[in-house]
Amino acid sequence: MKIQLYLNGRRIEGEVKSDTMLLDFVREQGMKSVKRGCDTGNCGLCTVWLNDKPVLSCSTLAVRASNAHVTTLEGVEEEAAEFSRFLAEEGADQCGFCSPGLIMAVLALKRENAHPTELEIKEYLSGNLCRCTGYQSQWRALKKYFGVEEEA
Amino acid sequence: MFTIRKYVLASDLSEAYELKKKNRNNVILGGNLWLKMGDRNIQNGIDLSGLGLDQLEEEGDSFCIGCMCSLRELETNEALNHYFNGAIKEALRHIVGVQFRNCATVGGSLFPRFGFSDVLTIMLALDSYVELYDRGVIPMKEFSQLPVDNDILSTVFIKKDDRKVSYQCHRITETDFAVLTCAVAEKDGKYSVVLGARPAKAVLIDDVELLDPWDEEQVEAFAETVTGKTEFDSNMRGSREYRQALSKILIRRGIEEIRERNR
Amino acid sequence: MKKMIRNYVNQPVVKKDAASLLSGQPVYTDDLASSSCLIVKLLRSPHAFAKIRSVDISKAMLVPGVEAVFTYKDVPQKRFTLAGQTYPEPSPYDRLILDQWVRFVGDPAAIVAGRDEECVNKALKLIKVDYEILEPILDFEQSLDHPILIHPEDNYVGHEGQGTDAKRNLCASMVHEEGDLESAFAECEYVIDETYHTKAVNQAMMEPFATFTSMDIYGRVKITSSTQIPFHVRRIVAHALDISKSKVRVVKPRIGGGFGAKQTAVCEIYPAFVTYMTKKPAKLVYTRQECFISGSPRHEMEMKVRLGADKEGKIKVIDLHTLSNTGAYGEHGPTTVGLSGTKSISLYRKLDAFKFSYDVVYTNQMSAGAYRGYGATQGIFAIESAVNELAHKMNLDPIALREMNMVREGDRLTNYYGEVTNACALDQCVSHVKEMIGWDEKYPYRKVGKNKVRAVGMAMSMQGSGISNIDVGSAQLRLNDDGFYTLLLGCSDMGTGCDTILSQMAADCLECDMDQIVVRGVDTDQAPYDSGSYASSTTYVTGMAVVKACQKMKERILDAGSNVLQCPREDVSFDGKRVYSIKEESLSMTLADLVTNLQAGADDVLAAQASHHSPVSPPPFMAGAAEVEIDLETGKVTPIEYVATVDCGTVVNTNLARVQTEGGLVQGIGMALYEDISYTEKGKLRNLNFMQYKIPTRLDMGKVRVDFRSSYEPTGPFGAKSIGEVVINTPGPAIADAVYNGTGVRIRTLPITAEKVFMGMKK
Repeated sequence: MKIQLYLNGRRIEGEVKSDTMLLDFVREQGMKSVKRGCDTGNCGLCTVWLNDKPVLSCSTLAVRASNAHVTTLEGVEEEAAEFSRFLAEEGADQCGFCSPGLIMAVLALKRENAHPTELEIKEYLSGNLCRCTGYQSQWRALKKYFGVEEEA
Repeated sequence: MFTIRKYVLASDLSEAYELKKKNRNNVILGGNLWLKMGDRNIQNGIDLSGLGLDQLEEEGDSFCIGCMCSLRELETNEALNHYFNGAIKEALRHIVGVQFRNCATVGGSLFPRFGFSDVLTIMLALDSYVELYDRGVIPMKEFSQLPVDNDILSTVFIKKDDRKVSYQCHRITETDFAVLTCAVAEKDGKYSVVLGARPAKAVLIDDVELLDPWDEEQVEAFAETVTGKTEFDSNMRGSREYRQALSKILIRRGIEEIRERNR
Repeated sequence: MKKMIRNYVNQPVVKKDAASLLSGQPVYTDDLASSSCLIVKLLRSPHAFAKIRSVDISKAMLVPGVEAVFTYKDVPQKRFTLAGQTYPEPSPYDRLILDQWVRFVGDPAAIVAGRDEECVNKALKLIKVDYEILEPILDFEQSLDHPILIHPEDNYVGHEGQGTDAKRNLCASMVHEEGDLESAFAECEYVIDETYHTKAVNQAMMEPFATFTSMDIYGRVKITSSTQIPFHVRRIVAHALDISKSKVRVVKPRIGGGFGAKQTAVCEIYPAFVTYMTKKPAKLVYTRQECFISGSPRHEMEMKVRLGADKEGKIKVIDLHTLSNTGAYGEHGPTTVGLSGTKSISLYRKLDAFKFSYDVVYTNQMSAGAYRGYGATQGIFAIESAVNELAHKMNLDPIALREMNMVREGDRLTNYYGEVTNACALDQCVSHVKEMIGWDEKYPYRKVGKNKVRAVGMAMSMQGSGISNIDVGSAQLRLNDDGFYTLLLGCSDMGTGCDTILSQMAADCLECDMDQIVVRGVDTDQAPYDSGSYASSTTYVTGMAVVKACQKMKERILDAGSNVLQCPREDVSFDGKRVYSIKEESLSMTLADLVTNLQAGADDVLAAQASHHSPVSPPPFMAGAAEVEIDLETGKVTPIEYVATVDCGTVVNTNLARVQTEGGLVQGIGMALYEDISYTEKGKLRNLNFMQYKIPTRLDMGKVRVDFRSSYEPTGPFGAKSIGEVVINTPGPAIADAVYNGTGVRIRTLPITAEKVFMGMKK
């Protein structure tokens, strides 16, 4: 079936099956920043925004994105630049495979809550797994980005 | 492998119900999280997205929650969480992550009556009801005991009845399935307990009396009796014996939290 | 040699690929695969052990879009190993691409290739396999000399010197003893005699195993794969297909993590076989479930430790026997187990005697492989736990006991091929960690609530830097227009940042800007031979090759300068930017001009190549300490803080070394507290996904703090040793001891779950 949606602000039309997942659809559209890391919705690598809310594109039917706004990292380059730089300066990119999903979740948090606490940040990002960094260097980048003081 | 032959955007509940009834491979699509993990060949995937059932509203003496309302909405709704002192948020915040809870729906979480369900555990502790298309409005407890059938859950109602609730759970990691969930509720001095992830589905025990929640011995006896009335089993997250022990601890902690609040 | 310049080494240099990774560029295997690839999937055995009587593929072949279905009858019959190790691999040759025997639940029974996932999935369901179901061996303690043989085939090849005996289900076996064990024990006042058990755990790198293949224009199989071992993959695939290595080319793009998982050629052979047979491009990306059921996890090990000390606490003797579970195949079986003894016993100096023996057995579970730490993690859990137990038995502070016994610079390492440590700051690491965690205030525990205590525990660790006398690193430098260099490497940057740190070294050696060093991913047609990125080898071994190549390049620049400037060689100097005469000021030329000169009508384009291997494998050392909170009612253990001090020699990139350490520690915390590969009674894996196999999220790790105390390793580049693996080894024993210090419960089988602690407290 045909769907119409806004992908990174651009109106597009696409052909999908009933069970095409948004993850596969946006990758076919060239948005390769969106990664598949698991089959169960646990890893957060496939995080995109559906009408500005972070969702798991691996579990979202593409057809449900009909007439909606879908945003991937490719669509928020400028907004992502500052946090990405903080990550790079900490060496927190490492293998980079989880970075796009993480960045999408972090930007969504910033839009929802510009001044979150340490716990709010960590809870918001608990669905973004990373196996390289042990999260600590990401945390240093997050502290800079949100301007939070570490709780004792 | 999960497949959907045909996607149907329902125009009303009766259409959805008639279609679902026809074939056991016709399925209502919730957040599509649990469904996708199963090995299912779905004939008709029925979507209720177009029916305005994604709202959470405070109406008179109840909160009305549409089946397509996301768990994240339930978790962050200020009025609801203020009323129950954050107990609902506490029950939901462990479920995988924010992106997951933005996808997962209230209906999709409740209808299958999963053993591990945090949502069913907290709902059973509240004076809550479900509206089923065919059966009508029934109490959550009755719903929890029904087999999974062809009916459609459209709305959840939670009564604002001044009860106090405490949500307790034990998990191996913070966002894992619980080893045991436990919700304790108190209304007009009467205590009830819900135990879930036993690992079987949550059960409500509301026929044990606790006269004085400040009397440690009575509290111990209450927890002991409630635990004794409940069946537990073993799985890879914990043994039956451990769950029994946890049950007593979590019940007591729930009572302690509520009595502190009532002080 | 002139003192080495350090503009970049020991600095927090940003990774060269950071911008592209952080903007989500399509740089990983699956991003690069053409949409014309056949989709490859594997039909996997539902039985733990079975012999295939027949396979009916007729219906599957009729599915529109299906290109090929292969069974055991279609594949070459020469056995090989998937272990990425320098040839001749110590791992036995016990594999075929598809075998008539399936040896674990998930072992492939057929390969299907087709136009898209849909038709391939359909075909998988239509293949009828007639299995003769056999009784499996699922308990590794029962495997040795069991009447059931897991490898009964007569073309099995075990390698010399490994103690392999397939007729006993024995993948490897060895005994090594120095000194008189029993008389040493007789002199001991205190003896610890306990058994420790570490489980299989999964690397869980974020990018699943992924490979795509095609025929290149010269009729060769071109493999693009997420691998740590491109050159070994070339050989392994050539062996598997039974073709010449010249017919195989391997390209490594960016990798989404490896941690050893991709030191085994887990999935490359299947699409390679499809392409070889059909001449069509093919792609296989494992689902996460496949990564779990048919990956290459850590070897489960059971370690019996006897450890004796005199009445002052001087450790006199250690006896360690390790039983290792290699699963259905022997990848890394004979080698991982060795580290359980070399890297643990050698933490302790001047023993009177020691014995280290092991058996590695087959079982009907998935094949184990290489996981960061590679056996050392298991052995260190056992020995460090035993040393902590000794401290408690003697009523001594565990740190005081370490101070008395730990290895010191200049020592001959106890069980380490006679090597002497030239660079060891372990003593400083221990004392610094003690200070960082506030040991004296916190040991053994503090009460922090009605039913809560916070307790501390510590452990030490060592690893190697490459495999001595075996592994080879290489670097090739080319000088280009404008004076920039191409640095060709054969080692595999898997997110660790080795492309960056090796460029830092090159930039400092050649006295140029980092921007003037261009690196590229590995292509076996272009890169110089390198064993690959494993065994903590890249910084130390390949790093030295880079230093040597740079020295050669400078010599070549001086030669060329002498020619072009027409002045004697001994008068020419090079400062990174200019070649000039030290005698005649007017004789000077920029490097860019020199290249321009050499590229037009000259005979020489400047290139330099060097390889390096090391006769030694200098150990990095570290100490780690954990503070945990324990719920005395439920037994729940919550990590509060983990502190670590590492001696990896010179820290080449201060950011990346820190991140390596933090990442390794959190993987270690996962293994200590949460991760546990387990099977049903029928041998089916229970942990099929991240719902059931829990790696730590950022809510499950507490805080992590890392510091460095650097020794200077004279055989390493800029004084560096390694860091990749040493960092995963301490959390298990440190957390286990913290739990003991808080509760009196000693957990000797990982992971340390709340239930185990609870049951222990109840006793």
